[in-house]
Amino acid sequence: MSAKRNPGHEAWRQHGFAVAHRWLIARRAAQAGFFLLFATGPWLGVWITKGTLASSLTLGVLPLTDPLILLQSLVARHPLGTTALIGGAIVLVSYLLLGGRLYCSWVCPINPVTDLAAWTRRKLGIETDWKVKPETRLWLLVAVIAASAASGTIAFELVNPITTLHRGLLFGVSWGLVTVLAIFLVDVFVARHGWCGHLCPVGAFYGLLNHGAMVRVSARGRVRCDDCMDCYAVCPEMHVISPALKGERSGAGPVILAADCTACGRCIDVCPERVFRFAHRFDTRLDPPSTTTTARPASMTAATAAE
Amino acid sequence: MSDAATSRPDKSFDPKRRRALQDMAKGVAGAAACGVLLAGVAEQSKALPAVTLRPPGALPEPDFLSACVRCGLCVRDCPYKTLKLAEIGDGPAIGTPYFIARDIPCEMCDDIPCVKACPTGALAPTLTHIDKAKMGIASLVGRETCLNMLGLRCDVCYRVCPVIDKAITLERTHNTRTQRHAVFEPYVHSDACTGCGKCEKSCVLEVAAIKVLPPALATGEIGAHYRLGWEEKKKSGGKEAVPGLIDLPDRLPEAPKLDVPQLPDGARLPELPK
Repeated sequence: MSAKRNPGHEAWRQHGFAVAHRWLIARRAAQAGFFLLFATGPWLGVWITKGTLASSLTLGVLPLTDPLILLQSLVARHPLGTTALIGGAIVLVSYLLLGGRLYCSWVCPINPVTDLAAWTRRKLGIETDWKVKPETRLWLLVAVIAASAASGTIAFELVNPITTLHRGLLFGVSWGLVTVLAIFLVDVFVARHGWCGHLCPVGAFYGLLNHGAMVRVSARGRVRCDDCMDCYAVCPEMHVISPALKGERSGAGPVILAADCTACGRCIDVCPERVFRFAHRFDTRLDPPSTTTTARPASMTAATAAE
Repeated sequence: MSDAATSRPDKSFDPKRRRALQDMAKGVAGAAACGVLLAGVAEQSKALPAVTLRPPGALPEPDFLSACVRCGLCVRDCPYKTLKLAEIGDGPAIGTPYFIARDIPCEMCDDIPCVKACPTGALAPTLTHIDKAKMGIASLVGRETCLNMLGLRCDVCYRVCPVIDKAITLERTHNTRTQRHAVFEPYVHSDACTGCGKCEKSCVLEVAAIKVLPPALATGEIGAHYRLGWEEKKKSGGKEAVPGLIDLPDRLPEAPKLDVPQLPDGARLPELPK
């Protein structure tokens, strides 16, 4: 259980804090960076990106619009504006190529909230888990589209905690932020990765754009895996790991191809054996078993020496 | 028979399949409940309070809610900080832009930056001349408190109006209280009023007597089958709208019959002394 409560501890001890947190730090920097593009305008008067995640204009030339919001607008029978269509197409194509769920782990402002909830949950050793199927979010996505069509409105934007948080930070704090608190509490006390992993219809939508994602994590050094389970403990979508990590028996490649993987890179950070690394989806390279014989004793001696 | 009965559970009952179906039903039912709730909230969000006005060029409310993505670009490009994004409790659907005329009215920029900023067409790009905007229509709802209606010369709403003498005129009527002065009534012409709200903002009363209301609230509408005879006559160049109308005799109210004693025939009242 201690490994579960403290995944990444071993990697930290062996490789140092910076290495054991490098992608986490990069991701927080990216999240902060994407937010600051919007925030320097209202906060400092330096306008880089105007608007919100729903729709924005960067440097006065680049329009970007959330394709899920456009889809709701479309089923609500609004003939879309040209700028929004161009902006939506740019976002759609980019995420289709790179991987839709990169949005979840590298851009979405709710991610730090749910990551904090997951961390709190691990530290408090909370085991309660309301069993919700991960597919629930797909049904919720269908429900959101149906509600938009039935009411003739962009329905999810009335409650969307992602845009509420983003808008609240940029335009003034709103009561809508209680939904963010609700998500935090649900993730800590009710269901493990309840929001991002099971309920969020936005994540479900971006998951649909993730089936041909180029940016992937590869378990290239899977021969070195010593089953410490740290990667499973930190992974927000833990079912995606096994097919690649344990793919040797079934003859599967080392790349995590499951569309649920958000490419957050936490598995890369926490693995003391350096099994994982970022790769593209066609990168089937595997570390030769020979490295095992040199690497494993080295790490084991390091571990024993530390103990 | 007995053979079929014993073998039936094995053939038709598959615990895995049942489990999968139950899980799916759980997901579908839960999501459907959420969807129904959300649609209900969405319907409710269409109720726009009368004091909250949409930016220039905004589509009619139900259409607006299918188009506005709540990006706030119109708010950012409003030079006078007139526009705000709604929060819970403000009235309009959360995240959508609005303004309250009594707080900060619309300054009616010539280049309409808010409309230009809108990426979705929720603020219709067809609005190219700000004088054609219809954010609302001013209405003199406080007729009993309006200083002009009381016979004083305030005239502030008339003077601040950006469409002066077209959207608001001062109509002169007799002051029945003093019997010797005029009342200068601020009279709003709905075809010219843009609903910018400068009149409401500048009304000197504690509570504005003139208020910008949504067009549907501020105006009446004649039935589509109504024809105004004098208009039709003008259109057809002097011809009666309905030819051959019989002009019925006008019936005036009958004079009251007074019960006054009558003089007998030929009798005359005596001359009064001079």
